[in-house]
Formats: sequence, C-alpha cells, structure tokens
Amino acid sequence: MDFKLTEEQQMLQKMCRDFALNELKPIAGALDREARYPVEQVKKLSELGLMGVAVPEGEGGSGLDTLSYVIAMEEISAGCASTGVIMSVNNSLYCDPVLKFGNAEQKKLWLQPYASGDKLGCFALTEPGNGSDAGAARTTATRDGDSYRIEGQKAWITNAHEADAAIVFATTDRALKHKGISAFLVPMDAQGVSVGKHEDKLGIRASSTAVITLDDCRLPAANLLGEPGLGFKIAMATLDGGRIGIAAQALGIARAAFEAARDYAKERQAFGAPIATLQAIQFMLADMATQIDAARLLTYRAAALKDRGVRYTKESAMAKLHASETAMAVATKAIQIFGGNGYVREYPVERHFRDAKITEIYEGTSEIQRVVIAANVLKEIS
Amino acid sequence: MQFELTDEDRMIQDAARDFAQRAVAPGAAQRDRDEEFPADIVRQLGELGFLGVKIGDRYGGAGANNVGYVLALREMARACAATAVAMAVTNMVADAIEMFGSDEQRDRWLKPLMRGDLCAAAFCLSEPEVGSDSTALRTTARRDGDCYLLNGTKSWVSSGPHAGLNLIFATLDRSQGARAVTAFVVEPKTPGLTIARVEDKMGLRGSETAQYVLEDARVPVANRLAGDGEGMKIALGVLDGGRIGIGAQSVGVGEAALAEGVRYAKMRKAFGQEIAGFQALQWMIADTATELEAAWLLTLRAASLRDTGQRVSREASMAKVFSSEACGRAVDRMLQIHGGYGYTRDYPIERLYRDARVFRIYEGTSEVQRLVIARALLKEQ
Repeated sequence: MDFKLTEEQQMLQKMCRDFALNELKPIAGALDREARYPVEQVKKLSELGLMGVAVPEGEGGSGLDTLSYVIAMEEISAGCASTGVIMSVNNSLYCDPVLKFGNAEQKKLWLQPYASGDKLGCFALTEPGNGSDAGAARTTATRDGDSYRIEGQKAWITNAHEADAAIVFATTDRALKHKGISAFLVPMDAQGVSVGKHEDKLGIRASSTAVITLDDCRLPAANLLGEPGLGFKIAMATLDGGRIGIAAQALGIARAAFEAARDYAKERQAFGAPIATLQAIQFMLADMATQIDAARLLTYRAAALKDRGVRYTKESAMAKLHASETAMAVATKAIQIFGGNGYVREYPVERHFRDAKITEIYEGTSEIQRVVIAANVLKEIS
Repeated sequence: MQFELTDEDRMIQDAARDFAQRAVAPGAAQRDRDEEFPADIVRQLGELGFLGVKIGDRYGGAGANNVGYVLALREMARACAATAVAMAVTNMVADAIEMFGSDEQRDRWLKPLMRGDLCAAAFCLSEPEVGSDSTALRTTARRDGDCYLLNGTKSWVSSGPHAGLNLIFATLDRSQGARAVTAFVVEPKTPGLTIARVEDKMGLRGSETAQYVLEDARVPVANRLAGDGEGMKIALGVLDGGRIGIGAQSVGVGEAALAEGVRYAKMRKAFGQEIAGFQALQWMIADTATELEAAWLLTLRAASLRDTGQRVSREASMAKVFSSEACGRAVDRMLQIHGGYGYTRDYPIERLYRDARVFRIYEGTSEVQRLVIARALLKEQ
C-alpha cells in the first residue's frame, strides 16, 4: 500500500499542470464561446507526448502507464475540458484498441502516427438509434471478395471533424446481435465517408461532435481490427479503459470548479468578512474536496488495476460513476458559492457546470455504470 | 501508487476475518439484545495481538502499522460493531501509552493490556457539557504531594464498566484552556472513581458506555502520562488514528449491510422474479458498493500516509466523514430492500442500522470533521 506518486509521475503532473495553467486556462472561455477546436493546443499536446501516453515508445507513444495517463488527463481537463476529451478519445478510444487488437502492419499504419499526435483518431460505436445498447448496431459490413462494404450512420462522434481515422463498429449479421459485430479501421477520407454538421452542444463546445455517414464505403479486408465478430468485445474492453479517461476528465473539471470556488470564497466579502469564514461555505468546500479525493482514489485504483492486467470492469465503472457525479455536484456547489457571479460567463464556473454534465452521459451513462456495478456485486456476494 | 496489500497485511486481514467470523459474528445479535459486553472476546483479541495492532512485539502487540490496524478493525466491525469499538478504543489508549509513556509506564501497562488481562481500556475525554470543544474541560486535577486529586464528570466512556485501564484527561487550570490539559492513567479501583450510570443507547448495545464521576480521586504522579499540560498533545496525537479507525468501522458495518441487502434481494421474489432483478434495487446496490469502495480507499490512504509519519488530520477527517456518512446511507438503503422485515429484529440489518448512527457522532461529529477539512483547504493556494 503506497499512496504516493513516483517522481516521474510528479514531474509529468507538474508539466501538465503548467501547460494547462499557461496555455489552456487563459483561453478555455474563448474556445467555449466560439466553439473553436484548439488546433495549436492539440499540436502542443502531441509535442508533450500526451496523445499516446500509455502507448509504447516503439509504437509512437510515450511508454508510460495508465496511472500517468490519468494524471495527465486530470490536469489537461482542469485547464480545458474540451481539450481533455479530444486527448481522451485519441488515447483511450482510438490508440488503446489498435494497440491491443491490431496486427503489426496495422499498428505501423494506424497506431504510430496517431500515438505521436501527427494524426487524430476517433471512435464510432454509437448510432442515432442506439447508444447504451451497443449490441443493436444497424451499421452493416458486407464481405465482398477481399473487401468489406460498410453502410450506416454513427452518431455523437467526438473529433469527427478533425479525425484522420475512425474505428467503426458494424454488424456482419444482425441476427447474431453483439456476436455479429466487427471493428474496422476507416480512413476519414475514404470514398463514401461523410461528416455531418457540428452538434450544437451544452458543454465541451471546443471539441467537435458529429454524425459520420458511411455510404457504400469500401474497405480492404486488411482494415478489419481483430477477428470478425470480435467487435463487441473490442468495444467493451475499450470502454473499460475509456471510462477511466472520462473519470479523470471529470476529476479535472471538478478540481477546476472547486479551486475557483475556494479562491472566490476567500476574496468575496459579506457581513464584514470573507464568505470563507462562514460555516455554510466551509461545509460546501469540505464536501467538494472530500468527494474529489474519493473520486480520484477510485480512478487511480482502476488505472492501477488496468496496469496490472487484471479485470477492472467494475472498478472503472465505479470510478466513472463517482467522478462524473462528483463533477456535477461540485460544479453545482461552485456556482452556489459564486452566487449571481456563478451564473454569468465572466467567471469560469458556469462553463465547468456545463462541461461536467457530459461526463455523466458519454462512454456509458451513469445508469449503465450502475447496471455494470450491480451485476458484478450481485455475482460477488453469495 | 500501490493498492496491493503486502503479505503481512494479508496475514493480519485473514487472521482478523477468521476470528471475527468464527468467534465474534455468531453472538452479535444476542449480545445486542442482552446488552452484554463481549468481555471474553476482548480478552481473546489480546491473545491475537489485536488490542494493540501497532504496538511492538516486546509488549505483546501485533507490531503492524496503521494499514494493518484498519484491515483488522474493518473485519471486526463487519462481524460486530460493539466488539470493534472496544477494540478500537483499547488500541487508541495503547497507542497513547506507547507514544507518550515512559519505559517504565509502557512495561507496567502495555504488557498486561496487550495480553488481555485488563480486558479493555477506556478513553475519557468528553464531559456532559464538553464534546467537540475539548479545550473547555471542566474536570480538574489538583496536585497534592505525590498525587493528583481529580474532580469532575466524564461521559461517553466506551467499555467503561469493563475497562481495566482508563486514560482520563483533566485540566490543571480551567483559565488556561488547552495548555493546562493533562492525561492520567487511572485504574478502575481508584477510590473516588465511580461509575454513575451506564447509557441506554440506540445501538452498539453490546458496548457499555458509562459516565464516570471523580470525587477527589487520588492518582499518583507516576500515573501521569507525559508532563503537566501535555494532555492535549496526547489527545491530538491519537485522534487522527482514532478517526481513521471510525472510517474502518464504518466501512465494515456498511459492507455487512450490503451483504445482507444483496442476499435478501436474491432470495426475495416479487412480481414473479427475484427483486434483485429490478433496477430500483440494483441502483441502491451499485451506489452503496461504489461509496463503500471510495470510503475504504480514503481510509486506507489516511492510514498509509500516517504510516509514513506525516500529519494526516485532513485525510483522517475526510475518511471519517465520508465513510460514516456512506455507511449511514448503506444501512438505510439495505433496510429499505428488506421492506418490513428490515424493521424487525429477525434480520441483522435492523441492528446494523442502529449501530451505524453513532459513527457520524463519536470521535468528532461530521460537523467537526468538515471544519477540520475546510480549515486545511483554506490554507491552500
């Protein structure tokens, strides 16, 4: 049992914190208002080695562990939650499955340039008609000689507008339900691939979200990721890891909201003293900090389990559930501490509040996390 | 960051779990009904080294650390909260003697205490009108030759009627606040020390909670722990460990409740299926399991950081407030799963529900923990 970060992890944390403080925090409000993708900042993330944190150096990444990835995600997201999700999708949802399920040839083409940040990836599982129930995918893949023809629509795809490639899940036989799903590496400039309008979102407005339409899109069979029919397993394994990334993003949002509220409470005067001297405010701050620490421990623990190579489905669901609900609760309290000032865009907490909400929804809603946790607990206790 | 238990941690956990499930759990309901203190069990805890988990071998303790302590205490609380509190308080007093006593005092008290010869030890800080604000003690100690004369009332003394050793805090001068507080090891047969009442509590009914009256109770100078005016240092020195211990007790009771709720939900049928199949109940189970995991990690973190020798007031308070409140929600939800049966003494959840309520109160209320946390936070930049 040891709750200290290694020296290397502390250095990474400081590097990311400095970057977030100097280069993300000052512009996060403007990026949000203008719904502008942070091109320059993402380029710098690549230079810092943050687009493939846990990918081995030989495959273009930084060769660190999942815990390091979590540490970096929290810091980047504390500076700008949109930048956080761009980073998270490339790391957890794109690079991770290619690393885990790709063959040597695929890794060279589809992993190395992405892990280094030269190119950007996205993950296309959800469809307009199905989200949590991923086994019900309607996008079809039809084998035709040594190629596949993909037809269908994928919705809520983060990074869709900027991505160079997508992992697309499609069914070769709908009757087989989840066992009929396969994963494909799809270049975004392939014939038949088109990206829809930018979704006009409540939060994380600097990241793009769109529908991807695949219309008679023909792919070489070499673009199949893993075995045919393995797609659902790839998706679920990927989401176990992705949830840790979103938990870390939520932690970053929560911490930013907490720190803003703490600093404001020390400045703002009421009844002749800073409001931080009032127990009502102190209790809110104490609860916010305690919840954040609890969420961070759950997230670190899930990351440590992933690094050990043991099953961590329940633990990553717990981390995601607790961290996202903490982000929402903390942002809500932060606005309360700011009073009217919390409700206007001159202060950052209304953005944190809007950004926090998505963490309860994407990569498995809170409800899906609870289903996963309950199923595991019901199995464990006899 | 390393979340794995060491082999030594595992040995302590296994030994505690084995004893707790074999010797402690079976009689817990009966002791609750009969308000029977688990005196024999506490003595056996001594043989296992559990009355001083952190106390060294030479005194008969288990020679483990704070992590070992919370592992053992959580197992005990899972089986019987009343036994766990007797164990926890005895450990706290042993820690105080170990940390602040002279060699002679350690030899004199720790050895018999660790063996179980003294049964439990009691920690006497609170008074009828002094709880959270412990600098306002009214119990006085007046020097008289080579003795002190203690006068006053001490309340909420866990294990009081069975304690072979009491650590009593008194002030040398009420006008001096914290600076005058002094600690004394007081033997139960000391003339002038009487047990005025035993509280009729909602829960932890197997743990007898007493009120002591001190009327010119004569305590030799040799029984003073550390120096005059060093009592608050002692109280604060063991307080963090005590709060971490309540974190572990809360997690243990919460986990016991979760297990009861899950078992019931898998057995009980409604609308043609197990009620565990309904999402409404799955939600309660998922939230409870998640909160208890978080509580346990906060508790382990505080214990582990304390093992490195750093001050952990903030972390200990976080562990205490989060765990005790998570436990409160756990017993409430799990009782709800039981429906009417949960409201009867036929099922253990009714006792767990009552036992859990005190965790938010003793060793610093939730409100005091939040003040401690907020104070630490507001110092940060």
